Amino acid sequence: MKKLHVLIVDDSSVMRKIVERSLRQAGLELEEVREAGNGAEALAELQNSAFDLILSDINMPAMDGLEFLRSLANVPSAKNVPVVMITTEGSESRVVEALSVGAKGYIRKPFTPEQIKERLAPLLGGAL
Amino acid sequence: MSSFVSQGVNYAVKPEANWKAVLECAAMEVFSMMAGAELTRFTDEPGQPHGEQTAMVGMAGALCGMLTIRCTSATAEKLAGMMLSGEAALNPSVIGDAMGELCNMYAGNFKSKISTLADHCMLSVPTVIWGEDYFMQTVQPNAGFQFALSFEGEPVWFSLVIHA
Repeated sequence: MKKLHVLIVDDSSVMRKIVERSLRQAGLELEEVREAGNGAEALAELQNSAFDLILSDINMPAMDGLEFLRSLANVPSAKNVPVVMITTEGSESRVVEALSVGAKGYIRKPFTPEQIKERLAPLLGGAL
Repeated sequence: MSSFVSQGVNYAVKPEANWKAVLECAAMEVFSMMAGAELTRFTDEPGQPHGEQTAMVGMAGALCGMLTIRCTSATAEKLAGMMLSGEAALNPSVIGDAMGELCNMYAGNFKSKISTLADHCMLSVPTVIWGEDYFMQTVQPNAGFQFALSFEGEPVWFSLVIHA
């Protein structure tokens, strides 16, 4: 099983830790987990590291998840890296917008490790 | 009743009596799924809301108001510890962040269960208050729900205050 390099983008440090724990509980083998507090910090992380998976909140200060997704189009190292939104956002229109600008899926908070596994499995192939 | 006009359409949302059950369900799901904390109903309401930790999230749009969670510091510390597998330790900042996230998810989960709110109501970022000696003055509410659920015998208070 391939060990993954994952980038978690959320303005809450608590939520970043919960997402990481849930990924491990879902059965993912994690080689490295990097954290970013908003889209701008995530773009900086992408300048220095390559990732197999990006999980991002939508509502964040400085640069939100939708703007981050749009910016990823200009980041060569992010090409073909699946981005999955993790959000409390109940608005279908925001989720649809995220999918239309490149997100490969979304997970609504609250979530269980089983739901994470279900959503990520099709995107990660043999890693789950 | 709140009124929100977008593109010529008035998305008025009127609170309904069954919202208390929806709020209880939203709270129970969030605490169970994100903290592994099982909340149960009290047979007798445990008095007035109290506790040194209050988290709140505002709502604007089709519904204007505020959702809050309130509990004692000891309960908040225990919940944060369960959310982070003990990493919360005694760091007040982390405990506050955990309470804010619980309230944020409680609000989002409630909103997603009311179809008329999902696309026409926005949530604020969470605010957390430490301390018990405060009084919150807001625009006169025209409706609201308040209830306590038991977490290991201790009350956790939830409220939704709705403004006209």
